[in-house]
Amino acid sequence: MLAEIEHPDPGPTRLAVGGPVAADGPRSVDGRVLRVPAVDAVGLEERAAALGGRSVKREAKLGALSLLIRCIDLTTLEGADTPGRVQGMCAKARRPEPADRTVPPVAAVCVYPSLVPVAREALVGSGVKVASVAGAFPSGQSELSVRLADISSAVAAGADEIDIVLNRGAFLAGDHRRAFDEVVLAREACGPAHLKVILETGELGTYDQVRKASTLAMAAGADFIKTSTGKVPSAATLPMALCMAEAIRDFADQTGRQVGLKAAGGVRTAKQGWQYLVVIQEVLGPAWLTPDLFRVGASGLLNDVLLQLRFQASGHYARPDDVSTD
Amino acid sequence: MTAGRLPVRKTYKLFVGGAFPRSESGRSYPVRSADGEQVLAWVAQGSRKDLRDAVRAARGAQAGWAGRTAYNRGQVLYRVAEVLEGRAAQLAAEVAAAGAADPEGEVATAIDRWVWYAGWADKVQMVAGTRNPVAGPFWNVSAPEATGVVGVVAPEVPSLLGLVTRLAPALAAGNAVVALSSERWPLAAATLGEVLATSDVPAGVVNVVSGRTAELLPWLAGHRDVDALDLTGAPIGLWADAARAAAPSTKRVVPPALDDRWLDDDEQSPADVLATMEIKTVWHPAGT
Amino acid sequence: MPGELAEPTGVLAGVDPADGGFAYAPSRESTDLVAIQDRYGLWIGGEEVEALSGRTITTTNPATEEPLAEVAEAGPEDVDLAVAAARRAYEDGWRDLPGRERAKVLYRVARQLQERARELAVLETLDGGKPIKESRDIDVPLAAAHFFHHAGWADKLEWAFANRTPSPLGVVGQVIPWNFPLLMAAWKLAPALATGNTVVLKPAETTPLTALLLAEVLAEAEVPPGVVNIVTGGGATGASLVSHPGLDKVAFTGSTTVGRQIQESLAGTRTRLTLELGGKAANIVYEDAAVDQAVEGVVNGIFFNQGHVCCAGSRLLVQESVAELFLDKLRRRIATLRVGDPLDKNTDVGAINSAEQLGRITSLVEAGVEEGGERWQPACALPEKGWWFPPTVFTGVSQSSRIAREEVFGPVLAVLTFRTPEEAVAKANNTPYGLSAGVWSEKGSKVLWTAERLQAGVVWANTFNKLDPTSPFGGYKESGFGREGGLHGLASYVSLGRR
Repeated sequence: MLAEIEHPDPGPTRLAVGGPVAADGPRSVDGRVLRVPAVDAVGLEERAAALGGRSVKREAKLGALSLLIRCIDLTTLEGADTPGRVQGMCAKARRPEPADRTVPPVAAVCVYPSLVPVAREALVGSGVKVASVAGAFPSGQSELSVRLADISSAVAAGADEIDIVLNRGAFLAGDHRRAFDEVVLAREACGPAHLKVILETGELGTYDQVRKASTLAMAAGADFIKTSTGKVPSAATLPMALCMAEAIRDFADQTGRQVGLKAAGGVRTAKQGWQYLVVIQEVLGPAWLTPDLFRVGASGLLNDVLLQLRFQASGHYARPDDVSTD
Repeated sequence: MTAGRLPVRKTYKLFVGGAFPRSESGRSYPVRSADGEQVLAWVAQGSRKDLRDAVRAARGAQAGWAGRTAYNRGQVLYRVAEVLEGRAAQLAAEVAAAGAADPEGEVATAIDRWVWYAGWADKVQMVAGTRNPVAGPFWNVSAPEATGVVGVVAPEVPSLLGLVTRLAPALAAGNAVVALSSERWPLAAATLGEVLATSDVPAGVVNVVSGRTAELLPWLAGHRDVDALDLTGAPIGLWADAARAAAPSTKRVVPPALDDRWLDDDEQSPADVLATMEIKTVWHPAGT
Repeated sequence: MPGELAEPTGVLAGVDPADGGFAYAPSRESTDLVAIQDRYGLWIGGEEVEALSGRTITTTNPATEEPLAEVAEAGPEDVDLAVAAARRAYEDGWRDLPGRERAKVLYRVARQLQERARELAVLETLDGGKPIKESRDIDVPLAAAHFFHHAGWADKLEWAFANRTPSPLGVVGQVIPWNFPLLMAAWKLAPALATGNTVVLKPAETTPLTALLLAEVLAEAEVPPGVVNIVTGGGATGASLVSHPGLDKVAFTGSTTVGRQIQESLAGTRTRLTLELGGKAANIVYEDAAVDQAVEGVVNGIFFNQGHVCCAGSRLLVQESVAELFLDKLRRRIATLRVGDPLDKNTDVGAINSAEQLGRITSLVEAGVEEGGERWQPACALPEKGWWFPPTVFTGVSQSSRIAREEVFGPVLAVLTFRTPEEAVAKANNTPYGLSAGVWSEKGSKVLWTAERLQAGVVWANTFNKLDPTSPFGGYKESGFGREGGLHGLASYVSLGRR
């Protein structure tokens, strides 16, 4: 682990992300150096596999499935998205299982900025939040002012939550300061909306980088850190989520601020879903098992959860067409 | 010899910690020629306390010896052979007095064997080391390293070659040694000590204690800071008791040889180097 | 019926909608696969026979204290029969069986162990108290792996030893402990059989059942009668086996105390001996370690198999500069360990193997408290029946205290601190044992520097408690001598003649 060494210039945006050589970490708002320990990939994956092996049965499974639904950001991020498609999805988000009122609504619907007004209207009174990707999603490769304007307009259109990407170009080039500052500005642009920062773990290369990026994003003001855009082949994995959860735990220990975790991309089955819940429960503790601090961004996952619930209710395996595909 | 000149006799003492002390007990004993006619010398008769001092010296020197590069250890041991060669005549005279049939031959074999084992210092890890293909994302490597302090009991005969045959592999392995020299004919062993002292072998790496084997061996075998006990040259009659005394500290014990083949070059083997080595296996994950 | 579809099914009715976690429901592995006999005889000459001694021992499920079976207790006369059967099998064929045939027999054993893996795992957990996830994921698969790996050596031995010709030793007596009953049996049997020896194996008194099921597996694989003989019993049976004059080699895994006795009893004989004894491994955590993985490694190091592990990392040596932070994380992690029913798939720490062992752990922990150590245990409810001990961490421990020096063989960690690498190594080596050690640092050169200096047969760097049939295992100093596993382990079971 890194020694905590005070930096002579403790401005909140003054940043040197620690590595084994530069024994300095990103800072919390009060100027404290944040720990960014090294991550051993084999040990991390071993632990993730052990957690993924937890057996979730009966009441525990029902509880987990219920929680999963309530934590889902039901997502559509296609170029071909239309108002009709988004409306359909919103209906599903409000009442995932129309025949069963005990099945709760999902946490949020996640769309592109242009469809925020549609979702906003379709979800009135439901308690389901509107989340919007913004900031030149999914690459983030636009000028900063354009990205910030994108955020502001999505918030103005009614988004409760904004999902942006970390500037991986800057981060991977070693310009941590720039990556950090951009998150700070994005946070400001969000105003009252919650900010989720997508690390795109599949592009960061190593767990060390993921851990570093997690702490950087949190220190810069992210309300959530999120694994992936879902637009690159390597999306959310359990070890990545574990790595980020450990960063969140340490950040909370050091600053007292609870940051949420969102797994996105590649989470398709109910079993995968509850494996994330297990990671959250055992690493961050039960306090994090709430839609305020945990989300799964997915499209297909909800239906697999619903099919599981049908099986639990009836004792018979369901067919995919038993649930709607919106 | 120049007529009328009185030769200077050598006092045969212990070799402990790089020095040549007399026994702390003040004892010595006469060593007779093979025909029993002549007292060749009075030799220090080591005590349990001398042995204790020798073990302490060995322990103090061992880590430094093992910590040298194998290349350096090999060179130091080769240097011993060089110095031995210069003393060949004296050693031949000493083993001749002990009744060796072919004294020059025994000394030559001893020197050649020393050279052979010197060369193993930087090779034994290569022939006995492995990289093990474990079923997981790990590097896993096994290699031998010195066990520590080794007690060696030299056979009565051949008085030089016997000691060399067991001492050289233990040293090549990186151990420090406390050797009990041939009880009846300790002269060549004492001279070997002088050779070692004037080579580059660090003080304490080899300690040679002369005396009564039956008196000393139980103390050596029972000493808890001795890691291994090489009884290859020990009298069969002392074996069981020594092995029993070695048990409480779970020493590695090399049993007495089944046959007397000291002169046979086929008996040389890296297995004798490995006999006083431990296999250490190190695991490390391989990941990003 | 349309009405039925419209009706809310209410699947989540009554499911707690509140945030804040879910409790794992019991998830018990079924015991249906396992048929335990009321009584077991000895396995001699390829069949189950009554013990001439007429005595039996009772083996008990440590999680419930319920007796599982009566097992024969072999007396000296039974051991005689077993050794004689092994000798006959050795001379009448096994010794001379071509290596490739021996190989195929052992491959079959490996396969059959995989075939009956779940049954063996459940039985192991019932008899020994270890969590099912460990017997299922570690003990049984590794046991099969040992047979599979060594099977392939049987016809390649002439390639294993430079310039020497290996030949079998003869009859081997093997005594194994109760912490990994099946795995230890495989670990001992596989190399012995691959090299052409025959065996009399004595399983531990409290855990004989998987060895007896293994006998069935060996018979199914058509291992010839007498090649493996199993004599059950306690210390007396073990003593009559290891001192039997008909043996050519003894291999023992167990306590240093018993190991010394065996070494003493074999003093002055040509019977070969290897000993795999106790340990008090140090797990060194440097300030630049990958801290979260180091925490996992320390937890795995001491709580794996309830700490009933000779190579357990029972001493944590943590660099003083990070000690507080590290211990904080460690305690929090330990608090998530699930202690209880070994058959539950979510159990992390199972039952203590025997009442006797529980007593030993308890008394050493009391000694630790008396010596001024600060004991910490997480809040965890232990079952009422059975033998249990909560995960325990001692801080404020001095190098001289009993819990820092003696092998507890239970879920008890002694924490010490150090300031420099030199001090860490000195403290780690300051023990009569030398079986294993751990080192945690992200600095490669420091890891290697430390590994070079640790007097231990196995050094786990940035990992812990990893075992593999290709990897030699065994200790320095009073942790015994000889290696098991890998190329080096084979050497313990052959005599090497000149080419």
